[in-house]
Amino acid sequence: MALVEVRHLVKHFERGGGFLRAKSVVRAVDDISFSIEAGETYGLVGESGSGKSTTGRCMLRLIEPTSGEMRFRGEDVLSFDRSRLRAARRDMQMVFQDPYSSLNPRMKARDIVEEPLIIHRIGDRAERRDKVAELFRLVGLDPAHLLRYPHEFSGGQRQRIGLARALALNPSFVIADEPVSALDVSIQAQVINLLLDLQERLELTYLFIAHDLRLVRHICRRMSVMYLGKIVESGDSASIFAHPQHPYTRALLSAIPVTDPDAPRQRIELDANLVNRDAPLRELAPGHFAAV
Amino acid sequence: MDEPLLSVQNLTTVFDVPGHPVVAVDNVSFEIRKSETLGLVGESGSGKSVTAFSILQLLQHPGRITGGSVLFQGRDLLALPENEVRKIRGAGIGLIFQEPMAALNPVMRVGAQISESLIVHGLANKREARDRAIDLLRAVRIVEPETRVDDYPHQLSGGMRQRVMIAVALACRPPMVIADEPTTALDVTVQAQILELLREMKNTFDVSLLLITHDLGVIAETADRVAVMYAGRIVEQGPVRDIFRKPLHPYTQGLLASIPGEGTGARLRAIEGVVPNLATLPPGCTFAPRCPYRMEVCTTAVPALVDIDPGHSVRCYLHSDRAEARVMTTPVMTV
Ligand SMILES: Nc1ncnc2c1ncn2[C@@H]1O[C@H](COP(=O)(O)OP(=O)(O)OP(=O)(O)O)[C@@H](O)[C@H]1O
Ligand SMILES: Nc1ncnc2c1ncn2[C@@H]1O[C@H](COP(=O)(O)OP(=O)(O)O)[C@@H](O)[C@H]1O
Ligand code: SF4
Ligand SMILES: [Mg+2]
Ligand SMILES: [Mg+2]
Repeated sequence: MALVEVRHLVKHFERGGGFLRAKSVVRAVDDISFSIEAGETYGLVGESGSGKSTTGRCMLRLIEPTSGEMRFRGEDVLSFDRSRLRAARRDMQMVFQDPYSSLNPRMKARDIVEEPLIIHRIGDRAERRDKVAELFRLVGLDPAHLLRYPHEFSGGQRQRIGLARALALNPSFVIADEPVSALDVSIQAQVINLLLDLQERLELTYLFIAHDLRLVRHICRRMSVMYLGKIVESGDSASIFAHPQHPYTRALLSAIPVTDPDAPRQRIELDANLVNRDAPLRELAPGHFAAV
Repeated sequence: MDEPLLSVQNLTTVFDVPGHPVVAVDNVSFEIRKSETLGLVGESGSGKSVTAFSILQLLQHPGRITGGSVLFQGRDLLALPENEVRKIRGAGIGLIFQEPMAALNPVMRVGAQISESLIVHGLANKREARDRAIDLLRAVRIVEPETRVDDYPHQLSGGMRQRVMIAVALACRPPMVIADEPTTALDVTVQAQILELLREMKNTFDVSLLLITHDLGVIAETADRVAVMYAGRIVEQGPVRDIFRKPLHPYTQGLLASIPGEGTGARLRAIEGVVPNLATLPPGCTFAPRCPYRMEVCTTAVPALVDIDPGHSVRCYLHSDRAEARVMTTPVMTV
């Protein structure tokens, strides 16, 4: 059984609406389904605004989805009452997109990492402080810097603080929302390697949200491609990269920057007329689905 | 060979921060010829933007140029009076900033921002300038330019704002454009479109381009030559093929190796450690604390930039046979 199963998830936002102006609905997430096996790193890609972060937030109920199911260990998280949700949240955590704005600038690094332990009333003060120092070492931060503020850390270090905080409650499932896209290339590799090390040591399952396809190809065996709130292609990463079927996936893959100055450039522009918004996902090759 | 359009020689820029002055740009030299693109690559804080701002003399206090020259079309910009430099900005060298939202005026329609420099430089009257603005918006592939010309920046998406910035930079048909991380804030699809646009503009308007970025992927596709910057100094410079096929500096090699390849699951080859703080630079080679090939000599003095192949130079003791004889030390800082 899959650890995580998302079924027909929908999130609509109402926009505008004011004097003489009709409200419009943004279908940020428009009926998507996928499942993640225990121990795997599942990729979710798509261009800016395609609904990736909204999907992640709905899965943890940081925002309430409009409809659908999110099953974790077989149980529907969306039907949980407050106390069950609270308990479930210990097991599911999120690392955010922007290491510059996701940490409270007025809190010391130690307090940022300790906060979830306090909220969930875990341990006494001394035990919590020990745990925080241990988490610092786990993510490669120097415990001598426990009392520093976020602005005193580099981007890569701030992302490690976010990771330490997410790991404080020993979760089994972590949603990493563009954990490295704000970082320099040389630091990105460090943080990705750390995520992979932690996955092995702590038996973590990841949903890895990204728009850098080079990274997704590297670390995710399976993935889904989102376009305007829908999953348009899904399944085995190697197969998707080798034989993309949906016009949007083809355009996205052709946009990957090459590092060979002599490589032929063949950008494929997405022709919106080629996209049939109502096409259902079909299995075109074993384990490879596309909405064409 | 013909004269370079832009020749930067031993440019040095210091920030006089009380207590710990910082040499943000340290003896930087490069040349850009007509219709050529030089990629300037380095991680954040390495001095790329300060180099660009120094060339155009847009440095903020407490930054100040302490040495070197910037020859543009044969004239030293650093020796020109401010009103002459102002003519060069826009009409001679267009600038595309890292953050389009910060560079565009939020309360001014985009058309007016494009026409402004045309009017200021006396290249068009108001009526003509508006038509030129619409033409430029069309050239940078903005759909329905006749209506978009009256939009404010916040009504545009990130990619469209960056296109408007490019239109502003190209308005006066400058022979040279400096693009500071023009695609860093954008996602891959939009990034690819903007790069395509820059290449197209380079060909149609025959401009030279200084392209600043931290992404080697962007460089490989667009640049003719590459300069790699680390902690304020150029550590390697050469033709784009040499840099990607036979990188010489361990930092350049590390940057190339850390790009995710086609394999799956394996660890990426990261460069361990972090960029040094410019206020407390280690002695000798500034990359030494992170370098897998570090030798004893590396921490004694700054290695010199030496030519290895025609047009390909590197600042590393691994490549200077008689390194001791060629050591170039940092100039003593005057504060
Ligand atoms: N609170 C909100 N109110 C209204 N619309 C919203 C809200 N949050 C997100 N949206 C809209 O939902 C859509 C999806 O946004 P989301 O943040 O999920 O995109 P994303 O795929 O994560 O993009 P990025 O790569 O830029 O992070 C967008 O059109 C966005 O404008
Ligand atoms: N206003 C300033 N005051 C003090 N130091 C500055 C200022 N602006 C830049 N610097 C210094 O110059 C260095 C290079 O900055 P910058 O050119 O912006 O880097 P990048 O390569 O990311 O564009 C920074 O590390 C910083 O130390
Ligand atoms: S000079 Fe020495 S420390 Fe610096 S890059 Fe070369 S080998 Fe490494
Ligand atoms: Mg997002
Ligand atoms: Mg910069």
